[in-house]
This record gives sequence, C-alpha cells and structure tokens, in this order.
Amino acid sequence: MKGHHAVPFLTLRGCVLTDTHPDLVCRDLTKDFDGFRAVDNVSFEVPKGSFFSILGPSGCGKTTLLRMIAGFQSPSHGDLLIKGASMIGVPPNKRPVSMVFQHLALFPTMNIGDNVGFGLRQRGVGRNDIARRVEAVLERVGLPGVSARRIDQLSGGQKQRVAIARCMVLEPDVLLLDEPLGALDLKLREHMKVELKSLQAAFDTTFVYITHDQSEALVMSDNIAVMNHGRFEQIGPPHEVYHNPDTAFVAGFVGDANKIDATVSSVDGPKLTLTSNAGTRMQVEAAQSNLSAGQATQIFLRPEAIELSKSSDSFESNQNVSKGTVNAVLFNGANSSVIVRDPAGNLISVAMPQTGSFAELREGDEVFTCWRPHKARCYPAPQV
Amino acid sequence: MTSDTSKLGFYLLLAPIFLWLVLLIILPHIGLFMVSISEKIGPREYQTGFGNYATFFGEPLYWRTFARTAIMSILATALTLILGFPIAYYIAKLTRGRTKTTLFLMCMIPFWVSELVRTFGWMILLRETGVISTTLQSLGLISGPVELLYNDAAIMVGLVYTSILFMIVPLVTTLDSLDDSLIEAGYDLGGTTTSIMREIVIPHAMPGIVSGCIVVFMLSLGNYLTPILLGGKDSLWFTGMIYTQFITRFNWEFGSALGFLLLALSSAIVFLGLKMSRQSLSDTMGRT
Amino acid sequence: MIPTIPQPSFTKWCYRAYVTVFFVYLALPLTVVCVFAFNNSVFPSPPWEGFTLAWFFGTEAPFIGVFHERSILRAIGTSAFVAIWVSALAVAVGTCNAFLFVRHEFRGKALLYMLMLLPLIIPGVILGISILVFSSTIANTLEDATGLWFDGMRPGLPLVILGQFSFITTFATLVITARLQKFDTSLEEAALNLGATKLGTIRQITLPFLMPAILASAIVSILMSFENFNTTLMLVGSDSPLTITMFDKLKQGSTPVLNAVSLLLIVISAVLGLISLFFPQRKG
Repeated sequence: MKGHHAVPFLTLRGCVLTDTHPDLVCRDLTKDFDGFRAVDNVSFEVPKGSFFSILGPSGCGKTTLLRMIAGFQSPSHGDLLIKGASMIGVPPNKRPVSMVFQHLALFPTMNIGDNVGFGLRQRGVGRNDIARRVEAVLERVGLPGVSARRIDQLSGGQKQRVAIARCMVLEPDVLLLDEPLGALDLKLREHMKVELKSLQAAFDTTFVYITHDQSEALVMSDNIAVMNHGRFEQIGPPHEVYHNPDTAFVAGFVGDANKIDATVSSVDGPKLTLTSNAGTRMQVEAAQSNLSAGQATQIFLRPEAIELSKSSDSFESNQNVSKGTVNAVLFNGANSSVIVRDPAGNLISVAMPQTGSFAELREGDEVFTCWRPHKARCYPAPQV
Repeated sequence: MTSDTSKLGFYLLLAPIFLWLVLLIILPHIGLFMVSISEKIGPREYQTGFGNYATFFGEPLYWRTFARTAIMSILATALTLILGFPIAYYIAKLTRGRTKTTLFLMCMIPFWVSELVRTFGWMILLRETGVISTTLQSLGLISGPVELLYNDAAIMVGLVYTSILFMIVPLVTTLDSLDDSLIEAGYDLGGTTTSIMREIVIPHAMPGIVSGCIVVFMLSLGNYLTPILLGGKDSLWFTGMIYTQFITRFNWEFGSALGFLLLALSSAIVFLGLKMSRQSLSDTMGRT
Repeated sequence: MIPTIPQPSFTKWCYRAYVTVFFVYLALPLTVVCVFAFNNSVFPSPPWEGFTLAWFFGTEAPFIGVFHERSILRAIGTSAFVAIWVSALAVAVGTCNAFLFVRHEFRGKALLYMLMLLPLIIPGVILGISILVFSSTIANTLEDATGLWFDGMRPGLPLVILGQFSFITTFATLVITARLQKFDTSLEEAALNLGATKLGTIRQITLPFLMPAILASAIVSILMSFENFNTTLMLVGSDSPLTITMFDKLKQGSTPVLNAVSLLLIVISAVLGLISLFFPQRKG
C-alpha cells in the first residue's frame, strides 16, 4: 500500500501484474436523463483482483454508474473498457461482468442448484459439468450440498452467498455488487463484511461494490471512490480517504466529524489562525488549503482527534485547548462518546478514551478538550 | 369468542351463506343429477336409470357436438393465451404510471359492456352486407359480397374477443409482481430473450396463466350467445343443444343429462389444470 | 423485454404495431355499433345514408327511436328491477360472508370458502337449468300436495333474480373480503376502548372503511346483472330483461334501434365501470 501518492487510483496490491490492462476502465463516463445529469464525467480504473467501492449518499448516481457497467443503462458519452475491450453497445448478456443485485434477484421459481447453474445453462454447458461446477462453487462459498433446496429455505446470509456463487460460477472479469448488505440486520451485516472480503480474496476477482454505508466501504475496500452529485470527489485507499479527505464533502461523509464554521484570521505558511463564528480562536496546520485571510472556512475534526482532560496542566502550549461542560455521555461500548458544550455554546462530540479513566464522567462535569493543529481539516466554506 | 352473543353473531353470519350455497348451488345440482338419471316411461311416470346417458353416447350427433365444443374451447383458450400474453406483458412490464392505467382501462371497457352488444358489433362487421365485406369491395379487393359470418372462424374470433380480458387481467397481475431485477439478473448471467422467457418469466406467470386458461375455457365451453349468433343455426354448440332440449323439446331429463356432462367436463378440466400446475382453487380464483 | 434491456428497434417497432392492432381489434366492434346508431337507414350496415338521431328520438315507423319503443323501455325497466334486487342481495350476503371469512375461525372454513368459489366455475347455462329444475320440482311437489299454485317458483323474475344472485354473490364476497382483510383491527379495539359498543363500532368504524368496496361491488353487481345472458335465458318467464329482448330482436333481424340501445349501454357501463374502479382507490 505504499507509493500511491503519484497516481492514487492505480494502487497495486502486492502482486505483480503481467496483464497491462486494468480489469475495468471508465473514461469521462456521463449519463444524462431528461434535464438531469446523473453521472458527470467520471473516470477511474480498477486494477485486477482488487476490491473497489463507490461510496456516496442515495441519489448521487452510484447506481446509475453501476448499471452502466452492467449494461442496463447506456452512457450518454464516454467510454467503458473491460479488460481493454470497449463495452459500448455490448448488451448485458454479452458482457464479462456479473452483478449481485440489491435484493439479490434469486429466481424464486428455481431451486438453488438451478439458480447457480442458470448462467452455465445459457452457455450450453453439459448437464453433468454444470452439476459438478455448481457443487464446486457452492462449496467454495461454504454451502455444500444445498443444490436441491428452495430459495426460501435459506437465511439472509446464505442467500447472499448463493447470489455470489451464481455469479462466480461464470468466472466473470468483474463482479458488481449493488448494496447487497442493505437488507440484512446489523449483526449479520457486520459478519458479511468480513466474509465478502475474504470471498473476494479467495476468488481473486475484481469486485466493484457500491454502498452508502461508509463502514462497509472502509472495511472491505482496497480503494474507495467517494461520489457526490454524479462526480467522484476522491479516489483512494480507505485510510487516505479517512485521514486526508480532499474535499469538505468527503470529510463530512466518511466517518464522524465535528464541523466548525470559521473565518481565517491570519495565514503563516501552513499555519492558519482561525476564528470560529462563535468567537473561539484556533490554530490549524493545513499545507495545501489555499486559504487566505478573511475567507470563510469549514473545519472538520474527528471525535477521536480530540483529547479529554480534567485539568489543563498536561497540554502543550501550541494546542487548541478549551474548557467545556459535559452535555451528555453517550455510552456505546467501545464507541462511547461525550458531547461537550464549549464556552461559546457549540456542541462537540469527543470519543471516550478507552482507558476507562473517564468512566465516572457525568452530565454537568467540567472538562478540558484539546486537539493538535494538524489533526483538523480545513476547506473553503461552500458558496451559499 | 365463546360468549353467547358472539356465538349468536357467528350463526347469524353463517345463515346467509348457508342458505345461498345449499338452496341455490348444492341442492339444485343434486336435483339436476337426479333428474338426469330418471327415464320417462309414461306420462308422469319415471324410473331410475342411465338411459339418458346411453342416448347421448349412442347418438353420434350428441357426443360429436360435445367433443367439438370441447376442442373448439381448448383452441379458443390457446389462442387467447397466445394473443393475450404479449399484451399483458406490454402493459405490465413496458409501460408505467398513467399509460399503464390507460391501456388497462382500454382493455376493460369492452368487457363491462354486455356480451350481446359485443357480438352484435361482430355481426355488423362480418356479415355479407357488413362493414368488412363492403370495405373490401370498395377497395376492389373482392368482386362481390362475402359472407364472413356463420363459420367456425367467426365463432373463434368472437370467443377470443369475449374472453380475452379474463386472460389479460390475471396475467397482468402476476407479471406485475415479477421484479424487473430478476429479468436483469437473467440477462446479466448471459440469458437470451427466449431463455429468460422460458426459465424466468413464464414459470413466474404460471399461476396467472392457469387461472386465465381455466376461466377462458369455462367461458367458452358455457358460451351460448357467440356460437349461436356468429356461428348460425348449425353452429353445433353444446349449450345450444341443452337449450333445445329444455326449452324447445321440453325433454328435461335428457337436457339435465347433457347439462351434467357439460358440468363434468368443465370441472374435470379445471381440476386437471389445477393439478398440473399444483395450485389450489382458492389461490387461482381468489385473485380476480 | 424491459426498458433497461437494449433491443433492436425493429423488434420494438413490431411489438408496438402488434399492441396497436390488438387495441383496434378491441375497439372495432363497439365502434361500429355506435357509429351505425346514427345511420339514416333501416339496416345497421353500410352504406352510410347520412346522420340521424331518429333511432333515439324518432316517433314514426319505421324510425321508432329507443325512447319511444315500448318493448325496449319495458325491458330496461325489468332489467333495472332485477339488477337492484340482485345487487342489494349480493352485497348484503357478500358483506356477511366477508366478516365470516375474515373474523371467524371454524371447522370446515376452507371447505366453505371453496364452495363459495364454486359458482365461478359452473357454466351459467348449467346454473340456470339446475335452479330451473330444482324450483320446478319443488313447485310440482307443493302443488300436488296442497293444490295451490306456486307461480313464484316457475320461470319468471324471482327465479331470474335468484339465478343471478347465485353467482354474483361470489364476486361481491371476494371484493369485500379483500378490503376487510386490509382493515387494521386495532382501530376497532381503540373504539371499544373508548367506550363504543360492539355494534356501534362496526357501524361507525368498520362499515365506513368497507364502504368503497361495498359501493364498488354494488356497481359491479348491477353491471353483471344487466349484462347477464346465459343464466337469465334459462329462467326467464314472460317479462324479459333487456339482453333477452335484444337477443329476440336480433334473431328476427335487427334495426339500428338496437345500435342506439347498445350505445346507451356502452356509455352507462363504461361510466359505472370506471366509478367502480375509482371507489376502492379513495382512502387507500
């Protein structure tokens, strides 16, 4: 995962590539509906065998993009290549991609074996061969011997795996997944995240996964594209997208963040002095923010970047320290947090330290919050 | 539920359906059967026996008409399915919102109108002095008037017209419930239009196909107006024969036997249809 | 296939052409019936002799319009009489059946439900003759036993009403049952909880909820009764409803007055049909 800074979306996973073509390339892909641009000049490449996620809020155009790759929508312009061959004008049944649908689209009139064997039957594979390959793929997804069962005899997670097996038996170049975990309950979703990732590694097939759930994207992906209003805001590996968001949208959408509206008071190289709209002065280090004095900005600060303390003694001088009162303690196990009201009245979410030293914290207690200047991200405020 | 008032309420609710089914459906059909197995041996003198049924099987005109009615009805059902399926598919899968409602209503309106009026329309179109004959003459395609009425093709056109809605409605309902993503998944996995129709769409639409076919078959089998008016006096339709025995010949015993045979045939076909598609009557009929 | 699957434009064009031809086929018979109601000729067939309203309002032979043709007016009256009775009976029994099937669990319920569906699969002619034979047998027996006349059990309007009722009730039951199944019983429990009586609750909460379905099935029953032919044919006495009268006239050779009646029927049926569809849509 090193050396990705030059071309962020060409991150290679350890293995040496002999194939010169990435599995999937989109060039200036655009889709216009009546007076509305759903996908706007999107370009990206997905290297072979990687897990690529497209993350965005609903209505951002990610489903349209995925359906263009599958062939259910034709792009208004731009090009789409799979293993170097253009897919423009190729109908969905002739494309070397398979798709796991949002609600899985398992055929209810067929049993599991017939579902998984459907694609092979279309290719005219012999009956014995189909039976053998279906059984083999079902075994690989951990469901040996279920061929004769009906779809409604499976649990949600098993259906998930059958849907993947149905695609993987065809050995597609690219597997597309349209938010397949959305319908599962939380516990199963957490489990399936891990399972999907290991299935992808086991099959060594390129996965393109769309979701609005940032945790799914962060856990599973080699690369994430964050999409908003039909455009890609950023493409990069999960930690890059999380720690170095390119835009205010990415900073706000991926992970939790406290958003503070402020104005630039002075600029000193990478060091900025900002004044929040409530009047608090803050020091922020931002190398390439291109902000100038007097400009309105938004500051994004992760809850875990803020330290809590009962006294101000332990902090170094160049940090942003302020005194506040505990407004609420939100207990959620390892993800517990404290809402602190600062003197200006703003509410700030702070991650509860895992050491247990603040277990006795109660509403109304006085605390100090502190964060280092390089932990915050600063972006020009959106024009209203 | 065990209190006396609710027990009373239950019996009050049970009474109307009981009276209806026993007095108007069950007893009359038992009566019909009883009459059909009584032979007239003198004025107001009867004996029990299967003589009426023997007459039916002994006289070729009767059982040939019976077979002809059955075969024509099966043919009409098949035609209705073949012609109606693409329309139902179009309405269910290729149209949305207002267009869908409009097309569906356009299908339904003719069927709210009396069958007599619809058949009358076909008579105006098909007869020798009718619209089609006249139009063809004025176009110079034929030299003299042609009689398009009073043949089996005319009966078929009328039967299909009369019953096609009862095919389209259940088909639209079942096809509507087929998720588009299943068809997309079929394509995505390499299916062709033919294989997706055969493996995904038709198996899904099977309940609709069965209920449509059953209703259309019954309507054709029991039809009286269309064969009589479009097929003419020699249309040889079984219901016409029953009518003749009952009203013209006043031979109720033989008429009842014919009626019972028709009922047996239609029930047998319904039963077979349900068995073959592994459906129950409640599922199939309850959906209308 | 579906809009998201690319198809050759030729295929699409052929498909649309077929759909268009089909709708022409549907509309054609009704259109010619309507058009020839205005033809100034004594035969409802080409050539077109000019526009006239005589088949509606004419008073002089041979141009006697619908509104002056006694036999037809009387037949319309008879049909309306039958239809109203059938509709009232079918809806009343249908509503009872709906409550029985939705609210009660009892032994033989599935069997009773299947019996209730039976009239759908019995051909209309058979339904007609079975009721005819049954009622005549009873009438004969009663007359032999008492020496009195039982005209109500001989072919005539009471039998026509019973005959039509015997299968239209199934439709009314299905429509009303479907609506009652959607009813949230907690609404009734709320009313009882607020102090309403059991009957009061049904009257004030449940029946208003069922009203769209009740009205729709009443209209559908009227339509079905008006246009019924097969069952009616076997049970009719001296007063014949409209379809039977028209059938007799049609066999004798038709005049455009039949077109005029048909036009009125088409308009009324279409309006009633549309109303019946939009009733259940109100209030979900």
